[in-house]
Amino acid sequence: MTRKDVLVLEDLLGTNKQIAAEIRRELGSRGILGVNLLSSPGSGKTTLLEGLADRLKSRHRIAVIEGDIETERDADRIRAKGVPAWQITTGGACHLEAKMVGPVLARVPADIDILFIENVGNLVCPAAFDLGESLRCVLLSAPEGDDKPAKYPQAFLTADVLILTKSDLIPYLTFDPGKAAGEALLINPRLKVFRVSALRGEGMDELASFFVNALRERRAGRA
Amino acid sequence: MHELSIVANMFEILEEKARGLNAARITAVKIRVGRLSGVVPDLLESAFEAYKKGTLAEEARLEIEAVPFAFRCRRCGGESFPDEPPYVCTACGSGDIELLGGMDIVVEKIEVETDDPGPPGT
Repeated sequence: MTRKDVLVLEDLLGTNKQIAAEIRRELGSRGILGVNLLSSPGSGKTTLLEGLADRLKSRHRIAVIEGDIETERDADRIRAKGVPAWQITTGGACHLEAKMVGPVLARVPADIDILFIENVGNLVCPAAFDLGESLRCVLLSAPEGDDKPAKYPQAFLTADVLILTKSDLIPYLTFDPGKAAGEALLINPRLKVFRVSALRGEGMDELASFFVNALRERRAGRA
Repeated sequence: MHELSIVANMFEILEEKARGLNAARITAVKIRVGRLSGVVPDLLESAFEAYKKGTLAEEARLEIEAVPFAFRCRRCGGESFPDEPPYVCTACGSGDIELLGGMDIVVEKIEVETDDPGPPGT
């Protein structure tokens, strides 16, 4: 019997990164802005998407991929807005992986401008999986507390945009939006920060314009 | 709790490698886990112990090396290894950084055993 050491040096997320790179290329070649939304459950991802649909759909073609452990409920809410939506039910997995998104992409119409991917509600695991998006947005709702960025740094470190949601509840809570944004910016000074209430409309026009500008910049960069 | 799906990926890599080497068994696995990779080493170890049963790595021990979070400043070129935020260049304070390490989970090496073939002609 012989025993030996063998060097492997393989990234355990290597396959996911590879598929994500393919998705990124495909979205790029089709001129689609891919946006990955990450947050804890209940921080308002679907409600935010409903509000964005109202503001974007008259002038832009948007579509949504919904990730949940079970049920079609979120996709149904988006479809009710007249926006095409596909539900991925992970059947237990706490995050979306690029290999789950790839097959759905083939069904996304060619003329879509912005594809939102709503990840499974979880502030930890989805952060490790690139889905081929061009923008990663992390949501933090006022009721969750302003200490979350420091506790869950990876989601904030890997995001491009921080959206503080449910701002209409701030008067009733001890949540300090300045502190929440400040802590997130210590982890990732490149974050672009928005404060919104999808329910009351505060900050939503600004956020919608940001996505339209990002789409424009992306297409200009491609040309 | 995505440690189980990470470990499932790990076993795909391990078994493929072991087959390629004609190994009879894997006796040790060394992985490097980035401090900000989002996985908890203890959970990874439990997932490994649960998953290895019935595989070529059934008797393997898992060694985990923690990798510090590291980045390079795009402004001054300096490298930083901060333990906690702010994650800005420790030399010039710039937030314009390029990540170098501490976000990945990598199988570094394995130790395998190969059964010697019997004497020829028997």
